[in-house]
Amino acid sequence: MQIHDHPQLKAEARNLNFYYGEAKALKNINMPIYDKKVTALIGPSGCGKSTYLRSFNRMHDLYPGNRYEGEIRFFPDNTNLLSPDVDPIEVRMRVGMVFQKPNPFPKSIYENVAYGLRVRGENNRRVLDDKVEQALRGAAIWDEVKDRLQDLASNLSGGQQQRLCIARALATDPELLLFDEPTSALDPIATGAIEELVHELKKRVTILIVTHNMQQAARVSDYTAYMFLGEMIEFGKTDEIFIKPQDKRTEDYITGRMG
Amino acid sequence: MQALTTEQIRAVIARGKLRDNIFKAMGIFCLSLALIVIVALIADMVMKGSERFTLDFFLNFASRRATQAGILSAWVGSLLVMLVTALAAVPLGVAAGLYLEEYAKRNWLTNVIEINISNLAAVPSIVYGLLALGIFVYQFGFGQSILSAGLTLALLILPIIIVSTREAIRAIPAMIREGSMAVGATRWQTCRYHIVPYAMPGILTGVIIGLARAIGETAPIITIGALTFIAFLPPAPFMGEPAAGLFDWVFAPFTVMPIQIFNWTSRPDPAFEINAAAAGFVLMAMVLSMNAVAIWLRYKMRKNIKW
Repeated sequence: MQIHDHPQLKAEARNLNFYYGEAKALKNINMPIYDKKVTALIGPSGCGKSTYLRSFNRMHDLYPGNRYEGEIRFFPDNTNLLSPDVDPIEVRMRVGMVFQKPNPFPKSIYENVAYGLRVRGENNRRVLDDKVEQALRGAAIWDEVKDRLQDLASNLSGGQQQRLCIARALATDPELLLFDEPTSALDPIATGAIEELVHELKKRVTILIVTHNMQQAARVSDYTAYMFLGEMIEFGKTDEIFIKPQDKRTEDYITGRMG
Repeated sequence: MQALTTEQIRAVIARGKLRDNIFKAMGIFCLSLALIVIVALIADMVMKGSERFTLDFFLNFASRRATQAGILSAWVGSLLVMLVTALAAVPLGVAAGLYLEEYAKRNWLTNVIEINISNLAAVPSIVYGLLALGIFVYQFGFGQSILSAGLTLALLILPIIIVSTREAIRAIPAMIREGSMAVGATRWQTCRYHIVPYAMPGILTGVIIGLARAIGETAPIITIGALTFIAFLPPAPFMGEPAAGLFDWVFAPFTVMPIQIFNWTSRPDPAFEINAAAAGFVLMAMVLSMNAVAIWLRYKMRKNIKW
């Protein structure tokens, strides 16, 4: 164990189990998330990587019959995100999320980004203008939309919509940003733009990203976790996982023999 | 299986196309049947009632002489009753639908409520009239007033508004709700900024369908005691001597269009049939223009809502 080699912890899953009703979807997951690093979750469809990701902002609480066991510790304050005493809304205020399909609200570009701030009670026009610009710059879309902030978000292209969604999440300065296959609905050029952005963003925020695409994981992440049938098979530095996987199943998956 | 020759393929397509065309013809036939009926109805009323389409007809009260009888108290009554109905039913129905879709836990209680709502939509309107007679007119002491009528019809259309609200909410993709919750919004913020505005076009459709049904209802209104012959208008706010209060009109006796029509058709003097036809056309025009406004509003609102 060479934990001291690693940067600071931002979060850590401890003995995490998750149930959709009776079905056990996550099995005893233990995994660190390091601060200001990109951690990729890979694995075949249905392996539980999205389920795991959505535990970090308690998205499962929106639907009945879902149940967590174990902990996700969040640092520096060592809060257990899954504790019944912790309000899921508090969790979502600290952990942002970008979805698989761009899901801008059918409102103006400006209102999409300002929404998170409005939810927090911010109504000062100057503050909003400022933060909206910062967030759009942070998501590398400011130059494309600065002259039409009042246009409907649905008029943007798919890749622009996804960057707008990233700006929406950035506007409220999350500590951890979750990406659930953010490029699966995008063309290669838009995908490239998002990957570059992820690389840029890790300077200021910790990132956890689910991806189908192993090249993407190799390109953008510092750490990679391979999941299979609800279990965490292997976790390590991305280059180690891709060059010298320890587990036969990981090796089979990344060399394309399975999945 | 052997590959088909070009001739065989063409024969197969021709057979399929024949069926297409048969169904198309049947569809057009059924559609035109419905259209012909409604056009014939309207044309009949227009022809029969044409000599009454004067300004006086709209500005005169009921009268014993057919030529002088008008629909002033009826159309004013209908509009005021609709106003009360909408003000009561829309907030209640939308709130109920929103609660059931966004807040209520799925359990036996919500199931019972759901079944009840669908049953309420099937209750004959006369039964609502009886209920309202007992509760609004006597128990609450609202009397035979616009308020009683409006609330009765509100009960009647409540299920329609609840159901259409729920359907409109269900049509909003889950990813919009999740997108809102993911930035830390509460359920109420999600409803207030997203769910209700995006469901509005659908809700509006339900409201108009409900009101269009309510405006034509006769039975429950007769049950609670609408007058059939009335020669005054409800007091306008702050008018008259002494000045009427802002809401005095809700307690006024009233009549509505369908009752006026019913009254005229049951008179022995055939001249009143002309009045009935003319009033029927006016009622029809009211309903159609309500629908037109709803379609226009829905179109305008939907233009900006794309997922």
